[in-house]
Amino acid sequence: MANLENLYREVIMEHYKNPRNKGLIDDPSYHTKHIKNPSCGDDVTIQSKCNDGIVEDCRFEGSGCSICCASASVLTETMIGKKVETAEAIANNYLRMVSNESIDPDIDLEEAEVFAGVRLFPARIKCASISWKAFLDTIKK
Amino acid sequence: MSNRNWRQEFPQIKNGLVYLDSAAMSLKPQRVIDAIDHYYQDLSVNIHRGLYPTGVEATDLYEQTREDVASYINADFEEIVFTRGTTASLNLVASSYGLQNLKEGDEIIVSELEHHSSYLPWFEVAKKTKSVIRFVPLTKVGRISVENFKKVLSDNTKVVALTYVSNVMGFITPLKEIIQLAHSKGAITVIDGAQALPHLKVDVKDLDLDFLAFSAHKMLGPTGVGILYGKKELLDQMNPIEFGGDMNDDVTLTEATYKDTPYKFEAGTMPVAGFIAFRDTIEYFNRYSIKEIESYCMELYAYAIEKLNTIEGIEIYNPNTDTAIISFNLKNVPPHDAVTYYADKNICMRAGQHCAKLVTRFLGIQSCLRVSFYLYNNKEDIDRFVETTKEAILFFKNMGF
Repeated sequence: MANLENLYREVIMEHYKNPRNKGLIDDPSYHTKHIKNPSCGDDVTIQSKCNDGIVEDCRFEGSGCSICCASASVLTETMIGKKVETAEAIANNYLRMVSNESIDPDIDLEEAEVFAGVRLFPARIKCASISWKAFLDTIKK
Repeated sequence: MSNRNWRQEFPQIKNGLVYLDSAAMSLKPQRVIDAIDHYYQDLSVNIHRGLYPTGVEATDLYEQTREDVASYINADFEEIVFTRGTTASLNLVASSYGLQNLKEGDEIIVSELEHHSSYLPWFEVAKKTKSVIRFVPLTKVGRISVENFKKVLSDNTKVVALTYVSNVMGFITPLKEIIQLAHSKGAITVIDGAQALPHLKVDVKDLDLDFLAFSAHKMLGPTGVGILYGKKELLDQMNPIEFGGDMNDDVTLTEATYKDTPYKFEAGTMPVAGFIAFRDTIEYFNRYSIKEIESYCMELYAYAIEKLNTIEGIEIYNPNTDTAIISFNLKNVPPHDAVTYYADKNICMRAGQHCAKLVTRFLGIQSCLRVSFYLYNNKEDIDRFVETTKEAILFFKNMGF
């Protein structure tokens, strides 16, 4: 049961109930990526706007389980204001963390570290990952 | 509650496992595993080719399954085509019969209860042939009714592709009347029996079915093993969709001819072990009677639903179902969060859209939880499921959901 309680950390529940940067912007300077998990119904769209090598804005819209929605919200807060290459490194490190692979301890995951509990629930890795993968796609464009 | 010994025949049930996902995949009895072992340990050779004792035995066992399946559903031997599963069976009918026979303006009747395997093959046929898909309007509770079927049946109807038992709602489609009506318009019927065969005795002649698809893995059999029943005169008209070894009759530089029904549809090496073991599954159903199995499952269902109905905080989407399936959600808890709680307690159930997005759309939900009971479940399984449901409601409430 401790594992389950660790999965639903307070920060995660807080983001689930009060999502940040939610709602898309109709502006061509944003890159948009829509991603779905058809087996469970998670459905998320991530937007990012980069300028001068900085992630100026990051937004999301979507629906799904608490882990999926909260991880999208935390993503947006983590990424806004970061250098693009820092953002990419954080996202990759995060994806390794939730997949229970070895991470680079020098890269600060900030608040996103609360998703470390996901690694004990292999069936939920996808829920925690899809927004972050979509984000990586938006900054590659 | 019946006092059956079925449960002990399933070696997967150990270490406190509560398996409530039989609508996705049934567990396998020891005898089916033994039959697979026999093939790999003692035979392990191809069929229809080897003129040596093990080759002959493998071929005999494989064809014996065809005979037993045929007699189980009251079909003729040549009317049983071996496939990879229900999906492959339905795709075979759509890609062969459908593309050969449908043309612009023809109509295909489906329903929102269809599994994607019963809908998408016809969706693609409609696109390619410019034929039109018509949905039977579901009743308020989500059933296919004869009355509503009549509303979409027309002189243009050429194919009626419907599920026999819904994999989300558990409702049984009133097929007999629907098939008679379809035939009165000259349409053929393609029935998805994946959820029906584990629960109902199906007599293809009595129902006058044209095509019936089902899978071994939902009825105690191996994976990768499916059946397409088709009326012989229809199968005879159909071209194969896969070409290769075993299905050909004669091959020259300029000509090729193919075997007769059903062999022309079975190209390449089939999952021989699985088909051989499927015979043991059929024997299982012959020995225990599906009626007895189903009435036991419905006893479990009645026991479960009575307890669930007393719990605050759950929403059930298919009250008064016909087979032992309960689709539900914990209020305010996304099903993937809920299912993790059950999984942590070693209770296996399904969360998601169940490959039937048109159904979840009809219900106005994104996804849901599903439990399904089968002959190896018992009252203790239900008790654990119900108790865990109560705990889960409390847990998620405390977490702030």
